[in-house]
Amino acid sequence: MASSTVETLQSVIQPYKHGFVTEIENERAPKGLNEDTVRFISAKKGEPEWLLEWRLKAFRYWRDRMLPEGDPTWARVSYPKIDFQDAYYYSAPKTKAAPKSLDEVDPELLKTYEKLGIPLKEQERLQGIAVDAVFDSVSVATTYKAKLGEMGIVFCSFSEAVKSHPELVRRYLGSVVPYSDNFYATLNSAVFSDGSFVYIPPGVRCPMELSTYFRINAAETGQFERTLIVADKGSYVSYLEGCTAPMRDENQLHAAVVELVALDDATIKYSTVQNWYPGDENGKGGIYNFVTKRGACRGANSKISWTQVETGSAITWKYPSCILQGDNSVGEFYSVAVTNNRQQADTGTKMIHMGKNTRSTIVSKGISAGHGQQTYRGLVRVSPKAEGARNHTQCDSLLIGDKCGAHTVPYVEVKNRSAKVEHEATTSKISDDQLFYCRQRGLSAEDSVSMIVNGFCREVLKELPMEFAVEAQKLLGISLEGSVG
Amino acid sequence: MSATTHALHLDRFEAAKAGLPGDARARADALARYAKLGVPTPKLEAWHFTSLKPLDEAALAPSDAKVAVTAATVAGHALSTSHAHHQLVFVDGHFRADLSRIGTLPKGVVLTGWSAAKSLPKDFLAEAADAGAMRVLNAAYAADGAILEVPAGVALAAPVHLMFLGASGAAHARNRITMGEGASATVLETYVGTGRYWTNAVTDISIAAGAMLKHLKLQTEGGEAFHTAATAAHVAAKGVYDSFVLSIGGKLARNEIDAVLKGEGGRVKLEGAYLARARQHIDNTTIIDHAAAHCDSEERYRGVLDDHAYAAFQGRIVVRPDAQKTNAHQLNENLLLSDRAEIGSKPELEIHADDVKCGHGATAGEIDEQALFYLRARGIGLEQARGMLIEAFVSELIDAIADEAIRDRFTASVGGWLYDAQGARRAA
Repeated sequence: MASSTVETLQSVIQPYKHGFVTEIENERAPKGLNEDTVRFISAKKGEPEWLLEWRLKAFRYWRDRMLPEGDPTWARVSYPKIDFQDAYYYSAPKTKAAPKSLDEVDPELLKTYEKLGIPLKEQERLQGIAVDAVFDSVSVATTYKAKLGEMGIVFCSFSEAVKSHPELVRRYLGSVVPYSDNFYATLNSAVFSDGSFVYIPPGVRCPMELSTYFRINAAETGQFERTLIVADKGSYVSYLEGCTAPMRDENQLHAAVVELVALDDATIKYSTVQNWYPGDENGKGGIYNFVTKRGACRGANSKISWTQVETGSAITWKYPSCILQGDNSVGEFYSVAVTNNRQQADTGTKMIHMGKNTRSTIVSKGISAGHGQQTYRGLVRVSPKAEGARNHTQCDSLLIGDKCGAHTVPYVEVKNRSAKVEHEATTSKISDDQLFYCRQRGLSAEDSVSMIVNGFCREVLKELPMEFAVEAQKLLGISLEGSVG
Repeated sequence: MSATTHALHLDRFEAAKAGLPGDARARADALARYAKLGVPTPKLEAWHFTSLKPLDEAALAPSDAKVAVTAATVAGHALSTSHAHHQLVFVDGHFRADLSRIGTLPKGVVLTGWSAAKSLPKDFLAEAADAGAMRVLNAAYAADGAILEVPAGVALAAPVHLMFLGASGAAHARNRITMGEGASATVLETYVGTGRYWTNAVTDISIAAGAMLKHLKLQTEGGEAFHTAATAAHVAAKGVYDSFVLSIGGKLARNEIDAVLKGEGGRVKLEGAYLARARQHIDNTTIIDHAAAHCDSEERYRGVLDDHAYAAFQGRIVVRPDAQKTNAHQLNENLLLSDRAEIGSKPELEIHADDVKCGHGATAGEIDEQALFYLRARGIGLEQARGMLIEAFVSELIDAIADEAIRDRFTASVGGWLYDAQGARRAA
C-alpha cells in the first residue's frame, strides 16, 4: 500500500453529508447544571412527583459521589476535560402545544428529516416502518401510532409514556440501568429529556420495524435521551435507531441510556446505525458518544440481540450488554465499528450469564484507518449458578494505514465448570494478495477495498434489517473513502 | 496499627539498610517509590484479578537468612546427577555456596551468587519509571541473587539450575542473566519451601543479537507460601527468548513476564501451565512488547483448576507503530474440574502497526464428555480416565521441553499434583 496513493485518495474524502443546521427557534434551559436545571426539565415536561424525585436522587448521587472522582478514565480514549457547567441540558424546538398529527408539526422540522432521508409523512403512508423522530432532546413526531395502538403496542415518546402509561414506566425505569450505574448514565438519569418508549403486550409480534431517529441540532447542547423497551411474555419487536448531527467545531456530548427488558419467551432485536458527526480530519469537533445500553433477559427463553454499525462520533464509549437472567435465554452482540481520521472508539459488550443454559454470541468487527484508534472491550462472565452456559466471541480488526491502532481487551470470568467459553481475535491488514486479485479483475482500488471490507463485515451486516443494511453498507464506503489505496 | 507486610517493610528499612550491599541511595529511592505506590490492589488494571491482601495481612518481615537447610533437603529438589548441570542454591534469597555445585564452566562464563561476586553491575538496582510496587520493593531489599554472564559466542551446554528455598519471612532475590552475542544457555529456576514465607523475586535478562536463552521455571512453593516474581527480558535482533513456567505451589502466586523485542528478527516464546486446587490463587501476567519490526512471538498457557482454586491469566501483546511484519499469537486454555473453581482471563492486543498478523484466543470449559466416554467405554475407571485427560492437556506443552532432565522434573511435578488431587477427591 503505497503511501502516496493513500494521500491522493485521502484528498477525495467525501464530506459528512448530514452536517447542515436547521434554523429553528429553540427553547432552552439556562446554561449549566444544578438542581434547578433538573427541576426545570421536569417541570417543562409536567412530570409527576416520583419522577422528579428519581431525577434529583440521580443528580445528587452524580454531584456528590461521582463528580468529585471525575469522569471515568479506564477507557482507551483521550479528550480534554469536559466542563459540565458549560452546556445547555435542555433544548426543544418551540411549539405552542404538542402536535396531534404530523400536519401540526413545524414544516422546518419535517424538512430536516426529509433531508436526512426520513420523510416522515411519506413514511407514514408508504413504508412499513413506524418512526419516532427525536430532535435535540424532544420527540417531535411518531408515526403509525394508531395502527400499533390497535394491537395494544405502545410506541411513543418517553414523556408521553410518563403521562399515558405511568405504571409501566415506573416499574421498569432504572430497573436495568440503575440511577447510580455509571458517570454518564447517572447524569442522564438526572437530565434526560426524551426518547422512545415501547411496550409490546404478551403474545404480540410487532408487525413492523419500530424506528427512532435522533438528531442533534442546537449548538452547545448535550443530548440525553432515554429509551425503554419492554417486551412482555411471548412478544417480539425489532427496533432501529439512527443518529446524525450538524458539523460544528465544538464537541457535543451525547449521553443516552437504553434499557431493554425481555420477559418469558420474548425477543428484542435492537439495531443501531450511529452516524453522529465525527469531527473533521484533524479531529476538530464531533460528538462525544458516551452511551449506556443494557438489556435484561428476565424471562426464560428470552432473547436480546444487539446489532450496531458505528461509523460516526469523535469518541464512542459504548457497551451494549445483556444480562441473561432467565433460563435458556440468549444474548447476541454484532458490531461493526469504523474509526477514521482522528476518531476514537472504545466499544464492546458484556454478557452476564446467570440463568441455566444461557447462550451468548459476540461478533465484533473493527476497522481502523487514518489516525483512528479503536478498542474492543468486552466481558463474558459466567456466574456460579449458570449451569451449561455457552459463549463464543469472535473479534476481528482490520487496519488500514500505519498510523491507526486496534486494541482488544476481553475479560473472561468463569465461575462454573460446565461453562464453555471461547474467545478468538485476529488483527490484520487487507492483504496485498486480496487487493491484487480484485485489481487484476478490473476493479478500482477503492472498489476492491470496499468489497473486501464489506466481506469482512458481512457476518454483522446480515443481522441488520434490510432497510438498514443498505444504509450501513453505503456508510461503510463513505467512512473509509480516501483512507485506502 | 497492627503489623502488615507493607508496614514491616517500611519500618525495618532503616535498620536493614546498613547490611545491604550496593548503591544505598538507589535503595532509599526505591523504598520511597514503594511507599508511594503501596501494595497493589485490584483497582489497578494490572492487578485486576488478584488481591494481595492475604499477603499484606500475613505480616512477613524481610528475611534475615539464618535458617538451617541440610544437604539432604537440597538433594531432594536437585536435578538428577546423571545429567550434567550447574547448581546454585539460595535460602530465603541468600546465596549458599556450601550447598551449591557450580562445577566447571566454559571460559569467560560467570555464574555465582552476587554476594560472592567480585563486582556488581552498576545498574543492578535500577528500575524503570513505570516499574510496579513489587519490583521496586525488591530493589530496596534485594541482598543476593544469581548472576549468569555468558560471553559472546559461548554455548553453555549443561543447564544451570537456580534453586530457591523459602522458609521464613520475605526473600527478595534479584537475578541477572546476560547473554552475549550468539551465546546460548538453558536456565532452570525452581522455587520450593515449607511454612509461611514470601518469595518476591526479580529476574532481569538481556539477550544480545543472535543469542538464545531457554528459561524454565518450576514453582512448587509450600502451601502456605506467597510467591510474586517479575521477569524482564530484553531481546536484541535475531535473539531468542524461550520461556516455560509451571506454577503449582503457593497459597497465592503471581508470575509476571515482560518481554521486549528490541531488534529485528527476534523471537519470544512464552509457554506455561498452572495447576491449582484447594484455595490457591495463581496469577500469570505477561506482556510481549514488539518494539521492532519482523519479530515473532508465540504464547500458550494452559490451566487446570480444582476445588476452590482461582486462576488469572492476563496476557498483553503490544505492537509498536514501527513494528511492521509482526507475527504474534497467543492462546489461553482452561480446564475447570470443580463447581467452585474460577478463572479470570484477559488476553489483550494493543496494535499500532498495520502490516501485522496477530491473534489471540481464550477458552474455558470442563473435561470433554466424549473423550471421557471413549476411555470409559474401553474399561478405564472414571478417576483414571480423568487423570489421563488432564495429564494429556498439560503434557502437550511439557513434552516439548528439550532438556531431558528438566522435562522429567516437570512431568513428575504434574504427576504429583494429579496424585494429590485424586487423593483429596477420594478423601472427600
